[in-house]
Amino acid sequence: MKYAQRLQSHMKYGILTISIAFILVGIIREEHLEVMKKAAKICLECIGVG
Amino acid sequence: MSIKEVMIRPIIQMVATVATNWHLSNFLKGTIYKGKTKTVCVPGLNCYSCPGAAGSCPIGSLQAVIGGTKYNISYYIMGMVMLFGTLFGRLICGFLCPFGFIQDLLYKIKIPKLKVPQKIDKILRWLKYVILVVFVILLPILLTNEFGMGNPYFCQLICPAGTLEGGVPLLIKNESLRSGLGLLFTWKAILLVIFILASVFIYRPFCKYICPLGAIYSLFNKFSFYQINLDELKCNSCKTCERKCKMNVEITKNINSLECIRCGECKRTCKQGAITSGFKIKPNHIAEK
Repeated sequence: MKYAQRLQSHMKYGILTISIAFILVGIIREEHLEVMKKAAKICLECIGVG
Repeated sequence: MSIKEVMIRPIIQMVATVATNWHLSNFLKGTIYKGKTKTVCVPGLNCYSCPGAAGSCPIGSLQAVIGGTKYNISYYIMGMVMLFGTLFGRLICGFLCPFGFIQDLLYKIKIPKLKVPQKIDKILRWLKYVILVVFVILLPILLTNEFGMGNPYFCQLICPAGTLEGGVPLLIKNESLRSGLGLLFTWKAILLVIFILASVFIYRPFCKYICPLGAIYSLFNKFSFYQINLDELKCNSCKTCERKCKMNVEITKNINSLECIRCGECKRTCKQGAITSGFKIKPNHIAEK
C-alpha cells in the first residue's frame, strides 16, 4: 500500500512536468496562434449557425 | 452549518463565471472579445463565442487545432488540460465551470426532483467518455472536407453551452447572424431546452452524462494535487455524506471517484469530521480498498 501511495505521489509530479512540457512544445509549434485564429472569430458551428 | 460554509461555493462560482466572461460590454454590442488572452484556455467549459469570454474553451480549442490542416495532435491544449487536471481534478467542475454554475442555479428552482434509476445512471455515466473519444477527437480528425479540415463536431452537434452562452446573446443583437439560422440551430435550440429542463429536475445532467471536459478531469481525480480524504478511524459509516451527495458518489468506498466534483457537501455534512480536503492531503487508500 505504501508503494502505491508513493507511486501516486510521484505520478502527480510526473504529470505536472509533462503538462508543462506539452504547453511549451505547443507554443514552439505555434499551436497557440491556431487557437487564437479560431477564438478571435465567432464560431458559427458553436452557436448553431454554421 | 454556517452561512459562510454554505455561501462560499456559490460566491466562488459566481466570481469564476464573471472572471471567465468579464468583457460584459460585448453583450450589448453583439460581438465577441478578440484580444490576446484568447490564446489561453479557461479551466471550465465556456464557449469562446460567448460575447464576454476572455479565454478559449479547452474542448472547442482542441477540436479547432486537431481539425485544422496544420496539426493532428495538440500538445498545447493537452498540456493545458493536463495542468488544470493535475492541480485540481474535478474541483474545476464544482467551483470554476460557468456551465456547471448555470446548472446549479437551475437545480435550485423549488420543484420536486427526479432520481435517475441507478442502473440507467451507471450506464449513462460512460456516455461522456464515448462523446469525448468520438465527437471531440475522432470525428474532427477523420471526417474532413476536401481541404483536410474537420468540423468541431461536439460544439456543432451537441454543446448546449455554445447555444446558451454564445448563440442566444449574439443572435439577439446581431441581425446578419439571425439571417443564417436554419435546421442546425433548431436542433441545438431543442437540445438546449432539454438540458435546461433536465437541469431543473436532475442535478447537473450535462456534467454527469455529457461533458467531455469533465470526462478528462475525472481521470485526474486520483492523481491531482487537490485531494479529499476519508479518515476511517473517525468515520462511523452513517452514510449521511452519501445520502447528501448530489453526484451519487459512494464516498465510503471511493472518495476520489471519477464522478466527484469536489463540491465539499460531504465534508460539510459529516458530523464526525472524518472528511478533509486540500492540497496537502495524502491520497486515501484505506477507504479505497
